[in-house]
Amino acid sequence: MVSNLLMYLKVFFVGGVICSIAELILIKTKITPARILVLFLMIGAVLGGFNLWNYVVEWAGAGATLPIIGFGNSLAKGAIEGATSGGFFGALGGGLMATSAGISVSIGLSYLVCLFSSSKTKKF
Amino acid sequence: MNKNQRNADYLIYVENQSPKSGWFVSLFRAFIMGGTICCFGQMISDVLKSFYPTMNLLTVGAWVNIVVISLTIFLTAFGVFDVLAKYGGAGTFIPISGFANSIASCAIEYKKEGLVFGVGAKMFYVAGPVLVNGVAYSMLVGIIYFVVSLF
Repeated sequence: MVSNLLMYLKVFFVGGVICSIAELILIKTKITPARILVLFLMIGAVLGGFNLWNYVVEWAGAGATLPIIGFGNSLAKGAIEGATSGGFFGALGGGLMATSAGISVSIGLSYLVCLFSSSKTKKF
Repeated sequence: MNKNQRNADYLIYVENQSPKSGWFVSLFRAFIMGGTICCFGQMISDVLKSFYPTMNLLTVGAWVNIVVISLTIFLTAFGVFDVLAKYGGAGTFIPISGFANSIASCAIEYKKEGLVFGVGAKMFYVAGPVLVNGVAYSMLVGIIYFVVSLF
């Protein structure tokens, strides 16, 4: 139980720190959220390519996989795994293969949901 | 009025209009929101692991992503996520929920422009750059790794 609680503290801390860094960039510079997302994705892909983000994932679990850095990490890791098992073909497709479920659900469910929902932000 | 003067005036106007909550407060809010979302993900992963102890870690991670993404899309559709995003700032858009929210909110927003060029094209207004860059980097990593592993 105590080790479980410690794990949640670590998850909270790592997730919170990553988001705070992004917030700090957002406040102190004029970089837009979309650019920060791309920047963090790139950092994740580089860290995943050198197999460094793995250590953070082992230490903090979902705190390291849920932020967009984790998405970049799994893209890079998928490509590496594909290259080891499937040669050149695997290297090309491995990244999308590892993240395909998440991307499919975001696109498919968004499409379904938008059919039944309308914009709520335009209230004047 | 010349153009530069007008632009400078506009920047001052934007500066005056933008909300003035202290940067420490918004940092704290981003920390709390980001930490909460990640803890929620960890909770789902623990529940999954207790029900299916044999499931491998990659599948568990994928399921956590799927649950968080679906929940975000439903919250966006009901208009709840906007409130959370206003409070949490980067704490809501850096986790995978931001990616899902950007697709869902753009899809809902541009529905009035039609299903093909409205929803189909413009749902990727924010998520598109992320996907394009992500796929490109992943291909690059894969090719580099493949070439290096040949020697």
